[in-house]
Amino acid sequence: MKSLAELQAIRDRAKANVALRKENPNAARVLVGMATCGIAAGARPVLNAFTEEIAKRGLQDDIVVTQTGCIGICQYEPVVEVEIPGQDKVTYVKMTPEKVVRVVNDHLVNKNVVTEYTIGAIEN
Amino acid sequence: MYRSNVLVCGGTGCTSSNSLQIAEKLKEEIAKNGLEKEVNVITTGCFGLCALGPIMVVYPEGSFYSMVKVEDIPEIVEEHLLKGRIVTRLLYQETVEKDTIKSLNKTAFYAKQKRVALRNCGVIDPEKIDDYIARDGYAALGKVLTEMTPDEVIQTILDSGLRGRGGAGFPTGLKWKFAAANDADQKYVCCNADEGDPGAFMDRSVLEGDPHSLIEAMAIAGYAIGASKGRVYVRAEYPIAVKRLQIAIDQAREYGLLGKDIFGTGFDFDMELRLGAGAFVCGEETALMTSIEGKRGEPRPRPPFPAVKGLYQKPTILNNVETYANIAQIILNGPEWFASMGTEKSKGTKVFALGGKINHTGLVEIPMGTTLREIVFEIGGGIPNGKKFKAAQTGGPSGGCIPEEHLDVPIDYDNLLAIGSMMGSGGLIVMDEDNCMVDVAKFFLEFTVDESCGKCTPCRIGTKRLLEMLDKITKGQGTMEMLDEMEELCEFIKANSLCGLGQTAPNPVLSTLRYFRNEYIAHIVDKKCPAGVCKDLLEYTIDREKCAGCGLCSRKCPVQAISVTDYTAPGKRRPALEIDAKKCIKCGACMSTCKFKAIYKA
Ligand SMILES: Cc1cc2nc3c(=O)[nH]c(=O)nc-3n(C[C@H](O)[C@H](O)[C@H](O)COP(=O)(O)O)c2cc1C
Ligand code: SF4
Ligand code: SF4
Ligand code: SF4
Ligand code: FES
Ligand code: FES
Repeated sequence: MKSLAELQAIRDRAKANVALRKENPNAARVLVGMATCGIAAGARPVLNAFTEEIAKRGLQDDIVVTQTGCIGICQYEPVVEVEIPGQDKVTYVKMTPEKVVRVVNDHLVNKNVVTEYTIGAIEN
Repeated sequence: MYRSNVLVCGGTGCTSSNSLQIAEKLKEEIAKNGLEKEVNVITTGCFGLCALGPIMVVYPEGSFYSMVKVEDIPEIVEEHLLKGRIVTRLLYQETVEKDTIKSLNKTAFYAKQKRVALRNCGVIDPEKIDDYIARDGYAALGKVLTEMTPDEVIQTILDSGLRGRGGAGFPTGLKWKFAAANDADQKYVCCNADEGDPGAFMDRSVLEGDPHSLIEAMAIAGYAIGASKGRVYVRAEYPIAVKRLQIAIDQAREYGLLGKDIFGTGFDFDMELRLGAGAFVCGEETALMTSIEGKRGEPRPRPPFPAVKGLYQKPTILNNVETYANIAQIILNGPEWFASMGTEKSKGTKVFALGGKINHTGLVEIPMGTTLREIVFEIGGGIPNGKKFKAAQTGGPSGGCIPEEHLDVPIDYDNLLAIGSMMGSGGLIVMDEDNCMVDVAKFFLEFTVDESCGKCTPCRIGTKRLLEMLDKITKGQGTMEMLDEMEELCEFIKANSLCGLGQTAPNPVLSTLRYFRNEYIAHIVDKKCPAGVCKDLLEYTIDREKCAGCGLCSRKCPVQAISVTDYTAPGKRRPALEIDAKKCIKCGACMSTCKFKAIYKA
């Protein structure tokens, strides 16, 4: 190790994985429905897209991605719930990896709900 | 980038109950389910709740699975990791509340803890230097080398109030200052990882769970006192610790964090391991250094102190593993931060190994000043089977027993000394009403008699005499005069022994004599052991009013000591039995078979 900058570079690289190993009650949560029908409808790629998009933006300290069980609305799978502390929970339906990028950018980063992907928009 | 991390405890406790197989099986099942790019399995150091091992924690949820079996793994992977359904049945039940799962940090065991020395244990993979670096590892070394003078480093440690965690509680900064002041062509930084106190395993847990924190701290110490060589003296009975520490040293060398010209500052430092055979006396500082030199580990008189003439006659500092584990945090967070925890004269935290009659045996780190009551009854979960607390033993063979009346004393170096015990390295053994305090004193004294190196007479002969008297008392052959004789002998041994082993060996006897004199008197005058431990003073008897004459006990008795009498209790159909005290060898078999609770021991 010849400089502090080198150490800093290793730290930045390694930080993402270690950040996951603590509970963060203030983190925003992305819950992907991963019951049988969710998986069948393509929830896995959606889940992975969230993980990657969040890592790409270096947000892993502030946003937690987890799977959840049956949400109870099979026909709308893949279903994703986004919970930002202090705000109402938003349910996105019929998600795709492409839609994920916008949800991360608009909703999680800029706090604007992507209304057209929500369950309300689709039911109407 | 993983979305989930599964931490499996790879500490000695959990490893011995198969946690490494669990990690293997996890990886296998994760691959089977195609999750290997999403879920990362990490083997960590001890979580502290060893009694509940093997332990496994899944993040980001923070689900705490305890007593995991290899057979449970397929279900956990498929339900939890694949489908997101936490397998509540297998969780540590204290974290399960009606519909939700409580954060581990809010459980009784963790809520009052404050993790400084153990901050990375159970969080990082100790075999990956990148994990340590991610948690700000080696940043303190970088800061020290590029921004601070050696004097500033020493001043920081002095200001923090850190005292040695190996037992005596000597101010660490002062020790460094003395060694720094002595000019020499070569100086040494040593680490005491001998951990000889039976029942203690805090140092082992740091070595197993966070070995780089020791390496970083020793390099910082090297810079502070002007030493380029380090030695870690670790007992050979700690194979996992030795292996991980060696891996860590190799990785640090590879990254250039040990070796020449560290961070391009011109500072050189490297270190080596030395394995000890596990003699208790080799934990004493002068004996330890003699042993590192390859000679027989025997103490020598001080002065000269190691800061003047230590290893190979060169100025040397020796600190305990846990002492070192605090150093990087003090440098990064500042001495004020460290000094804000604890009591007036004892700053920071202390790690204790909880053992004996306590529900949560394991490892806890608490701020100095926490009371024994909080440790035993809140963090430790109290005493099993509804038994009553009798005493807590701290300081191992050098310490003493703390009775119930002192449960609310804030724990720090000085308070423990004042009540006749000592901090020691951090073993804490809880005793309940079934423990005989004379027997406890005898146990620790047997240990010191075995471990005395024999170099000086007060310790070699004195402790033996003391043990003989204790032995007589437990056999009902004691006299009241013996109590005074013992006290006198204790004081003599303390005052005249060459090293700390002898100087502290009488403490277990003195403290039990001070707080539990009545138990000694019961053994001497009534020839009874109130706790029912000392075999020679026990008598098994059958209550003939309760005995139903079933004969079970007499069939179990290995020496045919039980026979039928001609008395039949009212309401019973068969005559009662009785025990012939002369034949009875006090094995207890009869008592545990009697369904009518008719057999007593007293
Ligand atoms: C008989 C005896 C055994 C000791 N065993 C240990 C030990 O196992 N580990 C330890 O750190 N210190 C042990 N010590 C204390 C050391 O001599 C020394 O004080 C300590 O390692 C200094 O480090 P510290 O100032 O960081 O506590 C022992 C002392 C005596 C007298
Ligand atoms: S006090 Fe005991 S252990 Fe220490 S030097 Fe004397 S005989 Fe050896
Ligand atoms: S304690 Fe053992 S030896 Fe004594 S009477 Fe009972 S069974 Fe027999
Ligand atoms: S087992 Fe109990 S009840 Fe039966 S004979 Fe022995 S003492 Fe009596
Ligand atoms: S199984 Fe599809 S929402 Fe429950
Ligand atoms: S060894 Fe696993 S919790 Fe202590």
